[in-house]
Amino acid sequence: MLSKRIIPCLDVRDGRTTKGIKFKNNVDIGDPVEMGRFYYEEGADEIVFYDITASSDRRNIMLDVVARVAETIFIPFSVGGGIRTLEDMRRVLLAGAEKVSVNSAAVLNPDIIAQGARAFGSQCIVLGMDVKKVSPGEKIPSGYEMVINGGRTCTGMDALWWAREAERLGAGEICLNSIDADGTREGYELELTRLVSTHVHIPVIASGGAGRPEHLRDVLVQGRADAVLVASMVHYGTYSIRQLKEFLAENGVKVRRTW
Amino acid sequence: MIAILDYRAGNLASVERALKHLDIPCRITDDHEIIRKAERIVFPGVGAAGKAMSDLRELGLDRVLRQRLEAGTPVLGICVGLQVLLDRSEENDTRCLGILPGKATRFPDDLSDENGNPLKIPHMGWNAVHFTRPHPVFESIPAQSEFYFVHSYYPDPAREEHVVATTDYGIRFAAGVCFKNLVAFQFHPEKSGPPGLRLLRNFARWSG
Repeated sequence: MLSKRIIPCLDVRDGRTTKGIKFKNNVDIGDPVEMGRFYYEEGADEIVFYDITASSDRRNIMLDVVARVAETIFIPFSVGGGIRTLEDMRRVLLAGAEKVSVNSAAVLNPDIIAQGARAFGSQCIVLGMDVKKVSPGEKIPSGYEMVINGGRTCTGMDALWWAREAERLGAGEICLNSIDADGTREGYELELTRLVSTHVHIPVIASGGAGRPEHLRDVLVQGRADAVLVASMVHYGTYSIRQLKEFLAENGVKVRRTW
Repeated sequence: MIAILDYRAGNLASVERALKHLDIPCRITDDHEIIRKAERIVFPGVGAAGKAMSDLRELGLDRVLRQRLEAGTPVLGICVGLQVLLDRSEENDTRCLGILPGKATRFPDDLSDENGNPLKIPHMGWNAVHFTRPHPVFESIPAQSEFYFVHSYYPDPAREEHVVATTDYGIRFAAGVCFKNLVAFQFHPEKSGPPGLRLLRNFARWSG
């Protein structure tokens, strides 16, 4: 049976990772390529690199990172952040990423999903969703609203409607981030994750709020997520990927344990 | 030298990167002459079966592949590169190469796990592969190793003796097939970490 995936997410600014302090074995903690390699050897099932570079003239630095990562790790990895056009997607995929993730740009121009799926296949196209809990109303019946620009701008768009629409347009996977849970380390948004995951047919990666191993179990079991994104809980050495997998396996969650 | 068949399928470069990492000489090519001289052939594939078949025919690579198989060159098919070896694919109702009897079938929409929970399509992620018979490309790979899959159609070869590996996803399907000097897998060894790299290295030593 398919294993649930654990996916570390690395934020990259101007070609350097922005988090991570407690690495051993002489890993250069600022180098996304070395950190990617570290997680690959630790048993990460996939890796996400998120480009938070502010200016678009520095995008080529990220492409260089992607090309070097692709020569170093032999598991799937995806790249998000600042992907706006078909050409942006093409460059990242040609540099060696398996998947690209689109977020704000897809809300503003949904056709980018369809174009990307036609050009590169649905399996390459991840829809990133930043979602905020609101009171359910006529425009937002699910009680979850799409927000963009890193959570700063509300869109008036219902998150559940958007997830299903993106699937129809050809998204191959959804990375679902709860703005409310993000950074709290108090657990993923279980209700949101379960709602979206049980209403689409494509895999859902839960994001935002992970602090303890139980949080992963809860969102994978109760939240019905197919995969989890982890960041600070592994970057700061609090837990290793291996420990998380052992905990999940002991709790009856199927994970990949040998590599 | 291993020729990686270039028929405009996505992800040829990831196979090349994995082989280069293993110091195995390889080349992405659609040049018939180079393919004829290659010691081994990798036939990768991502995307739709219909597009794969029309591109293969247009480039004449279907004929070259058949010739090399008959000449005894070891061939490794990956993903859609396995599916199009069969008679046909349900994807766009495509007539395929017919090198192995059988077809590629879509996962049923009502697929569910052993607890009755619905399963997502595509089958995307890591899943255990059971080696149902020994094969040189499996050497030193631990039993039950997991490999990376991403597909909505699965290979359904007509003859049991062609199956070398199976995987369970709601149903049990053929994750690997072999026939003489041909071996092919539904998963992506180039994206499956150490066991995948081991399989590629074994293939580079296999004489078919």
